[in-house]
Parts: sequence; structure tokens; C-alpha cells
Amino acid sequence: MIRATLLVALSLFLVLPAGAAEPDAARKAELSYFLTQDCGSCHGLKLTGGLGKPLTPDALSGFTDTDLLTTILNGRPGTAMPPWRGVINEDDARYIIRLLREGKQP
Amino acid sequence: MMRVLSRALLIAALAVSAATLSACSTDRVVSGLRGTGDLGLVIERARGSVQVFDTTNKEMLWRVDGLGDLSHASAVYSRDGRYAYVFGRDGGLSKVDMLTGALVGHVKQAGNSIGGAISQDGRLVAVSNYEPGGVRVFDAKTLAPVATIDTDGSKVVGLADAPGNRFVFSLFDAGETWIADFSDPSNMIVTKIRDVGAEPYDALVSPDGRHYIAGLFGEDGLALVDLWHPEQGARRILSGYGRGDEPLPVYKMPHLEGWAVAGGMAFVPAVGRHEVLVLDMTTWQEAGRIPVHGQPVFVIAEPGGRQVWVNFAVPRNDTIQVIDTERLAIVKELKPGKGVLHMEFSPRGEEVWMSVRDLDQVKVFDTATFAEKTSFPVDKPSGIFFTARAHKIGL
Repeated sequence: MIRATLLVALSLFLVLPAGAAEPDAARKAELSYFLTQDCGSCHGLKLTGGLGKPLTPDALSGFTDTDLLTTILNGRPGTAMPPWRGVINEDDARYIIRLLREGKQP
Repeated sequence: MMRVLSRALLIAALAVSAATLSACSTDRVVSGLRGTGDLGLVIERARGSVQVFDTTNKEMLWRVDGLGDLSHASAVYSRDGRYAYVFGRDGGLSKVDMLTGALVGHVKQAGNSIGGAISQDGRLVAVSNYEPGGVRVFDAKTLAPVATIDTDGSKVVGLADAPGNRFVFSLFDAGETWIADFSDPSNMIVTKIRDVGAEPYDALVSPDGRHYIAGLFGEDGLALVDLWHPEQGARRILSGYGRGDEPLPVYKMPHLEGWAVAGGMAFVPAVGRHEVLVLDMTTWQEAGRIPVHGQPVFVIAEPGGRQVWVNFAVPRNDTIQVIDTERLAIVKELKPGKGVLHMEFSPRGEEVWMSVRDLDQVKVFDTATFAEKTSFPVDKPSGIFFTARAHKIGL
């Protein structure tokens, strides 16, 4: 388990140098909507938690961006958090993390 | 203001119609006496409101605001079909008068809740909570607290009513199903069934109230409890339906609601498979599986049982598939729009109402022709609940 996480973290590091491309404006709007409506299905529209944990800036303060990126793209095995890699790409996920850090409120 | 005015009009109208009897019988609530049997409500999940509809005249009657966070919400009805009890995400329990559009009660009973139920005798409303876990029970008339069932922090899911004035629910974290017997409301008796399976995520009760089935997220299978014989514990059914295949990502939790039953078979969503599972209700063995478009979320039979309608998790939530229960095959695919979140059939099945979130619309389809009959503007619609549920066990 630890090894798997480490491998994932390493591969993200290798695949994701700084300066990855930002989504364009239209995609950003989609992602913001996606965060509210679809992440919100489990985490609450206000991201204060539901079946999934709260995703407020406070709740996420103990996690690095890499932690969050890994969780979003690969899910959390053994929990209801699925890997979203098939739906959003790494740039998308980075933008979502930015929104989460900013405490975006719908 | 509008609501107050409407209420005043209703009272005036009631007085008038009492005097003149059926002299005027137009459609609006405010213009005369009417029943509630053809009313329904739609959750507006983002604005925290509901819209109340007259499903016969295809008319929006009221929008009721102030219900709190309805990101996830459901509703049950008083036995007279007049009041809706709406269970919100933020632990809010709201009581809505369908005839006046008034919010007549609201209590914030927990931090985070997932659903609720009304008792057989209509006197108790129970709410299942994620935070702090457990179930809280209220007087249906006054919303005064009656009982609290502590689950030691375990999230509670799949709360349903059952005969014997019982509430049945499951513990997501603990993997248990509990039965709370309120036949003597002052002396609640809780029966705990342990080890029903890993992570029950939702449950349903059969239309006769005998069987409770919890879907399991943590393993391939479902847990069946015979409520005539709770002493027999839970039985694992459809175990290992994934047959060891790597499960697909589940982008939205399936919901078990009501009981999609036809010809002695039940239809349930597979978890992590793009399949609907068919369960023989006499043997409780798998009777087939139907490959579908995506991860099924709701699998709902039209009341006549001939068709089962299925919606899907994001990113495939723009599609509806209709299964013919005789042929166990998909006979129709619809693309109502992105974000189809829920469906509700009219009590006799001639039409189905459908929430299409991303279009901000509720669409109404003819179940015989699949033609779209009409649509309504509704802000981010999710759950649709008709008053006919008042008279159904488990809804």
C-alpha cells in the first residue's frame, strides 16, 4: 500500500513537471461546475462533507497538493472515492485543487 | 408575502366553496377545495428550495424556499398526502404544506443527513445521519424530538419504514442492519443484526414490507433481511457478482429506492459494473444481468412492471435506458440532456417525470410512446417525489 502510494507519487512527479498547462476559460467553467455539482454529490454542494469528507480549505490544510492530486486522479482504494483519471486530466485536477485551496463557494 | 397572500386566499376560497359547494371548480389550489393525490414536489438542490406541482394540470403551484442545503435530499409524505417531510444534506428536516406552499416546520436535527422515513402509523418521522451518525425520530405533527438512536458514530444509510411501526436502517461503517420497533413509542426496542456485509450504502424494502435489502459497496453482493424473521439474521445474496473482475470506477453512489420488481424478479444496480442485476425473488438467485450504458444509479420499474428505467453516473448521466422486463433487454435509449438525476413515475405509470440538472428542467415523458410531453423550468432539479408515496410501504 505504501509502496503503491510512493510509486504513484513518483510517477506524478515524473509526469508532472511544474508549469503544466492551465485549462482554458471554458474548461475552467466546466470544472468549477463539476466540482460543485459532481464532487458535491458525495462531498456536499458546499463541500462541507457527506458520504465523502469535507473539502474545505481547513479540512485540506494537512494535505500537500501532491496528496490531493494523487487522491483525485487515482482515488482512495478501499473507500468510495473513485479514480477520476478517466474523466479529468492532470491539468484539470490541478485547477480543481486551486479552487479547493481558495475555498471556492458556489 | 406571496405565500401569506396565497394562504389568505385559500382560506377565503375554502370559506366560499363551503358556502357555494362546487360552484367553482377551477384548478388552482387557491380557487377551491382540492385533494392532494396528484401533487408532487421537485428538489432544487442548489437553491435549497422545492417546487410543488399539480401533475394533472401540469402546473407549478408553489416554490418553497428556506429548506437549507439540499445537495442531497429526499422526501416522504404524511398519510393524508398534505405534508411533505424533506430531509436535507445539512441535517435539516422540513415540513411543507403541499396545499399552501408554506414551510410549516423546520428543525436542524444533525450536522449532515442522508434520508428519512415515516412510520406505518404516520406519527413518527425518522432521519438517518452521517454526522454525528445515528437516527433521530420526531413527532410528525410537531417535529418535537421523540427518540435518538446512537450508532457510535457510524454513518446511517438505507432507512426505511416497515410494518409493525418499525424503522430499518444500516450502518455504513459498521456493516450492520438495525431494526427499531416503535410499536410502543415510549419503549423503543432495537434489534441489531451484525455482519451483514461490508459498507452497506443504501437499501430498500419490498412493496409488501417483508424484505429489506441493503446494497453493499465494500463487496460484491447484497444483504437480505426477512422482516418476518429478523431472528434469522441477514443473508448474503448475489455474492461475488463481479466474478473477480476489476471493478470500474463508481463516480456516483447508486441508489436503491422502492423496489424495481416485475414478474417475480427484482432489478438492482451493480456496483462497479455497467450492469443491471436481475434477482429471482423466489430463490434469491441471480436470474440474469443486463449490460447497460454506464454505472447505474437509479433502477426504477414503472408501476405496471413492464419497463425498468435506468439512469447513470457522471460522465454518462445524459442518457436513460429502458429495459423490457419480459425480454430482459434494452428497448429504448433516450438522451434527455446532461445531468439526469432522478425519475418519478405517475402512480399508474402513464408518464415519468425526470430531472435534467444541467438544463435546469424537469421533463415529462409518455411511457408508451417515449415522447416528451412537456417540461418545466426548475433550478438544478434533483429528487422528484409524488404524494402517492404516502401510501406505499418503504417510501
